Amino acid sequence: MRLITHNMLSCNIKGVTNGYPLGIEASRLETKESELNPEFLRKIFPKLEWKALRDAAHSLGLNDLPEHVEPSMLEDADFLKNFHHALLEVHLEEGALICPETGRRFPVTKGVPNMLLNEDEV
Amino acid sequence: MKLKQLESYLGDVVQFANPKIELEQYPTGPHIASRMLFMAESSYGDIDGKVVADLGCGCGTLGIAALLLDAAQVVGVDVDGDALLLAHENCNELEVEMELIQASLTHLPWRGPIVDTVVMNPPFGTRCKGADMEFLAAALKVAGTAVYSLHKTSTRAHIKRVAVRDFGATSAEVLCELRYNLPASYKFHKQREVDIAVDLWRFTTS
Repeated sequence: MRLITHNMLSCNIKGVTNGYPLGIEASRLETKESELNPEFLRKIFPKLEWKALRDAAHSLGLNDLPEHVEPSMLEDADFLKNFHHALLEVHLEEGALICPETGRRFPVTKGVPNMLLNEDEV
Repeated sequence: MKLKQLESYLGDVVQFANPKIELEQYPTGPHIASRMLFMAESSYGDIDGKVVADLGCGCGTLGIAALLLDAAQVVGVDVDGDALLLAHENCNELEVEMELIQASLTHLPWRGPIVDTVVMNPPFGTRCKGADMEFLAAALKVAGTAVYSLHKTSTRAHIKRVAVRDFGATSAEVLCELRYNLPASYKFHKQREVDIAVDLWRFTTS
């Protein structure tokens, strides 16, 4: 699971109002290199929750993302490299996603998060 | 990539060995999958460079087709863990990579407008009544631009009405009618195969 996917996921247990972003517990990470596409990064940037991405990256030991992004940074090669790496190259293979409100753990196995709810949670 | 080439690659996608009846796990064959995705890209530019979600991805056929047509990122969602394992293997086999999430579409754990296009072959609602409409509702919530989906031709008027009136679609168009060839995957199928008429729909959300 990449952080681009983490950025889309929230806890949807009935009654939870503050289910985003999910915390991350990482038992196994993998880095898989992929081609950097600046156009794609510029296009996706406005759709992301930047703080959620930055905090998630931080929890995985990636500390290169700035707190605030100026538009000019999207033209800067170093920024794009760090952005690309955090968003797309780091994969959570084993671990869990944690609901910030209830603490409920959604396990991640072989890179696949299991977001299925129990009967009493729907 | 040409249509024929895409169809040929998709022929390598391994289908369900033991499809689950209650989930209506019919595979999307290479013929329909290739035409669906090829049309989405060549007529509307909805695949290349886009973030695509395959809801009810099953063994991954549509998501893989999107990757072969240069989608920037593909996310497959399915409720069945076995299907997701198979989708993962198929991605390895075809040397593409897809994000996979195990989730129920009735309780989508989704936030936000990251996805551009949804492609899907939802259950027809023959086993679990209303499943086709549930998938459609979820897709229209998730897609930033467009949804491509297959539904029985017999439901055409109903789908158009509900999609626009209740689910927030800004437009709903049948792109073409296809014959869906279902081989006798389940023991209760009396004939060796059956042909049903399905519509390929394009819905817009913006």
